[in-house]
Formats: sequence, structure tokens, C-alpha cells
Amino acid sequence: MNELLELTIDQAAGRLASGDVTSVQLTQAYLDRIAATDTAIGAFLTVSGERAIADAAAADARRAAGEGGKLLGVPIAVKDVILTKGIRTTAGSKILDSFIGPYDATVTARLQAAGAVLLGKLNCDEFAMGSSTENSGFQVTRNPWDQSRTPGGSSGGSAAAVAAAQCPASLGTDTGGSIRQPAAHCGVVGLKPTYGRVSRFGVIAYASSLDQVGPLGRTVSDCAHVLQAIAGHDRHDSTSAPNATPDYAAALGVPVKGLRMGIPHEYFVAGMQPEVECAVHGAIDRLGDLGMQRTELSLPHAQYAMAAYYLIATAEASSNLARYDGIRFGLRENHGNGLLDMYRQTREAGFGSEVKRRIMLGTYALSAGYYDAYYLKAQQVRTLIRGDFAAAFAAVDVIVTPISPTTAFGLGEKTADPLQMYLTDVFTIAVNLAGLPAISVPCGFDEKGLPIGLQIIGRPFAEERVLQVAHAFEQASPWVGRRAEV
Amino acid sequence: MALSAEEVRHIALLARLALTPEEESVFAVQLGEILQSFEKLAALDTSDVEPTAHVVNVADAYRDDVVSNPPAAAELFANAPAVDGTHFRVPKIIE
Repeated sequence: MNELLELTIDQAAGRLASGDVTSVQLTQAYLDRIAATDTAIGAFLTVSGERAIADAAAADARRAAGEGGKLLGVPIAVKDVILTKGIRTTAGSKILDSFIGPYDATVTARLQAAGAVLLGKLNCDEFAMGSSTENSGFQVTRNPWDQSRTPGGSSGGSAAAVAAAQCPASLGTDTGGSIRQPAAHCGVVGLKPTYGRVSRFGVIAYASSLDQVGPLGRTVSDCAHVLQAIAGHDRHDSTSAPNATPDYAAALGVPVKGLRMGIPHEYFVAGMQPEVECAVHGAIDRLGDLGMQRTELSLPHAQYAMAAYYLIATAEASSNLARYDGIRFGLRENHGNGLLDMYRQTREAGFGSEVKRRIMLGTYALSAGYYDAYYLKAQQVRTLIRGDFAAAFAAVDVIVTPISPTTAFGLGEKTADPLQMYLTDVFTIAVNLAGLPAISVPCGFDEKGLPIGLQIIGRPFAEERVLQVAHAFEQASPWVGRRAEV
Repeated sequence: MALSAEEVRHIALLARLALTPEEESVFAVQLGEILQSFEKLAALDTSDVEPTAHVVNVADAYRDDVVSNPPAAAELFANAPAVDGTHFRVPKIIE
């Protein structure tokens, strides 16, 4: 493998700054790598090669003119739910098969302003609904560690591309674990920021009160650099937080001695894969060795999170996806008598089965006679779950849990039973309901050599703390640098 | 417990979906199972609990009335399935 593909963002930025390598060379190395490996992996829906080389040449010119920056000239790929002006954006759905981004999402524009080079658009579950990327309307994405397995989801392309060295970092979105779970299954780092930290403007909506954009990368430091570029208030997103953006890289390397970690017993359940439980306990011990204090605690409403999440998310989705009506954009099917038939035929033909299932579920939960019992109830339970975290964070600085009860599962293994698929999110969804920042960082491998992820959850807007602890853990881990062989 | 065929058809109409008979029968069973798994929420007493719609503490986010992302008509119409000049073409609505 080309040695340029091994560089972290810090290393790449250093080489670019010294003039030892150009962004065009670095970008071409990644485009060659994508061409050589993506037939097998299937991470990319669109490779924007010409645009990438043009971006890279522009970045080289900016460096030559004296500009600097960690992302200037660094190639990045983004999940295909994020709008990119002039480039196809599908959300993994046939209903948007030929949709061209009419403008840039704020995160896309901010990456460009920082000088990042857009390599292309990454596969995902249709409208980010899924846990394995198997709900994509276009293609299967395979786990680089074992191509008979899924990369997780819904940001499966974003995680697989980083794991397969097709890009140094990527953007994903996380509504119920969709950055963290695929990051864990692909052995990379993935950060879901606090709700409101990163703009959702130009991000195709799934569940608006839960969706959040975040970075995936090989290292904690790489994720910190990408977060630095995309975070911050955006006047175009009314849920965007006004909080100032701290210097995330400055948090890395600060000793964690004396910090308090909470271990919620509800996140160590019967039926977990024993190697996952063992690896997470080992990680907790290692954080203890670094001087962190350990506190057992309880998040008593954890068992209700899955039900509350799937009610709230599907209700919001049923409303958000009403816009796909065959009128202003996307697919139109019209073989009947008038507007109602056109709506129904368009949506029937354009949506895949999981999207239909969630629209049906959300419509049911919001329909007359069921609203109080389902949607309102779920929102009340959301208050309780949020309260659990607030109480816990009165006594600890971070909460440490597994990301997923198992390592990556096989392609086709759970597609027949949607409820079993939903249960794979059991450790990640409460964080979205409470709007908290959380990271997935590799913490070992199972007997088959599949990666295991550790979740570190922080207080609202405490991404620095999460990154600090994750970085300390990463630096103390013997497997840093271990790559999937593709 | 599975939903009835009538319930599934009613929800599909509300959701503007035209399900096939096979989808109707599969969804009747699957949605029934999923909803049953949500029944555990009923066991929680939430009579005094305020609902959380979202976690942002901003009630109203005002901004100056300035155009900063101007509509790009050509790009927007290029994505439409049927266009007539600067109009979207739709099926006849009023008989």
C-alpha cells in the first residue's frame, strides 16, 4: 500500500506544509486506492474524482500562497445524506437516484473553507434508517475486516472507507448510533457531537430532534481536527447552539488522572458477546491505570430507550419524508387518476421496505387515538432518560459503556427480522435521546479478529472531555495502527 | 399481535403509500410485533412528567431578514420531474 495512505491528518498536514508532498499527489493516491478496492468494499456511491483533483490543486495553491491549516489539502469523503453542490446526493434512496445537490450543506461548505478535498459520497442505509447499511437502495457495503460481514450502519460507507484506507477521515450522521456503531464494527474512531454543536443545514433529515453530523477517522486526533472545522453556530439551522467552539486539539494529551468515570450496570447485559464484555472491562481497567476514578452507577430508564427512540424517530421520519411526493424533486410515478395516486405510486416505487416500515410505524404512532399512548408517552420517557444522565453527570465526568453487544454481524443475518436489527442499537440510542456527545474508540478484537468499540459519553457540549479521555485511552492501547487488510 | 388488514390499509393511505398485498401482510405482522415490544412503556408512570420534544434550550432563534442562501432556480428546477418554464408540472387537481 502507498505510504501516503498510512498518514494521519497531523502527519499529512505536516508533509503538505513542508512541501514534501502535494495535495494533488495525496488525493491521487486515495483515488487510486478507491479504484483498486471499492469493487470489493462498496463504500462509495459517487466518486468525484475530477472535482477532487481540482480541489487539491486549489489547496496546493492556497498553501503556496502562505495559508495553513490541518485540513488544507486533506482528502475527505462524506455520507450521501449531506448535500454537495453540483454532486449527486441520494441519501441511499432510489427516490433521489438522480438528485443533484442544489447547494452545499453548512458542513460541506465549512470543510471546503478549511481546504479539505471532497473525494466523494459514501453509501448508507436509505435515509440513514438502519444498522447495517443493507437498506441502501443501491449497493452492499462490506466490512473491510471480514467481507462476509456488514460494516454496521447507517454510516457504514463512512466507516468502511476509513477502515479500508480509502480516505483519512469522513463525515457520517448519527441519529441512534449511526456513526458510533459502524465505527466500532470497522475498528475506527467515530464521534457524535452534542445535539446542536454541528449544523444540520443541508443534511437530509431523518429524525430532526436526534440527527447530528460528526467525524469518523483512524485516530481521535483526526476526529478532533474534522470536528474543529465543522462545529459552531449556523444561522441557517435554528437548532444550532450559540456556544463558542473550543480548541479541540488542545484537549488531547491532557492527563486524565483524577477524572471520574461512571460505569452503568444496565449496559452490561445478559446475551452480550463475552469477548465484547471482556474487552470493555479491560478498557475500564486501563483507564483506571491512567488514574481515572471508577464509580458504579445506574441509568434506571435505560431499558425503555429503544421503545422511546423508535417511536420518536419514526414519528419525525414520517413527517420529514412527506416531502418526497414526486412534485419538486426526485422520482415521479404517475400511472393512475390524479394527485393522490401519483403520491402513493411515487412513494411506493421510490422507498425501500425499511423506510416504508418506519413511515408506517411513525404514522401509526401519530394517528388519531394513539398519539398519547405512543408519541407523547415516548417524549415523557425521553425526559426520564435525560434526567438519568443529568443525575449521573452530577457525580462523574464521563460514562463508559460498550457500543454494541456484539462485533460485526454477517450480511443478511438480521435483515429478515427488523426487531432484532433494532436491538443492535441498544447501547447507543439513549445518548441521542439525551442529546449528548459520545465517541466510539477501538478497544480490542474478538477471537475472529473483528474490532470492538468502547463508548465514552460526556456532558452536553463536553466534546473536549470525551476526546481527551478517548485520546488517553488510544495512546495506551497496543493495537493503534492495526489495519484491515484489503 | 398483528395489526388488521384494515388498519394497515388505513395507515398506508395516511402515509401516502400504495402497498402491495404482500407488503400489507408482512407489515401487519412486523408492525404488530414492534408495537408489542413498545408496550413496556405503559408500565411507567409518567403522569407528572413533562414531554421532551428536543434537547435544545433555545426557544426562538431569530436572525436578521437577510438573504444569505439565495434560491438557485436553475439548480432547483433541474431536479424536478416535470417542469414548464418556471413552474412545476403536476397532474390535474380540480375536475
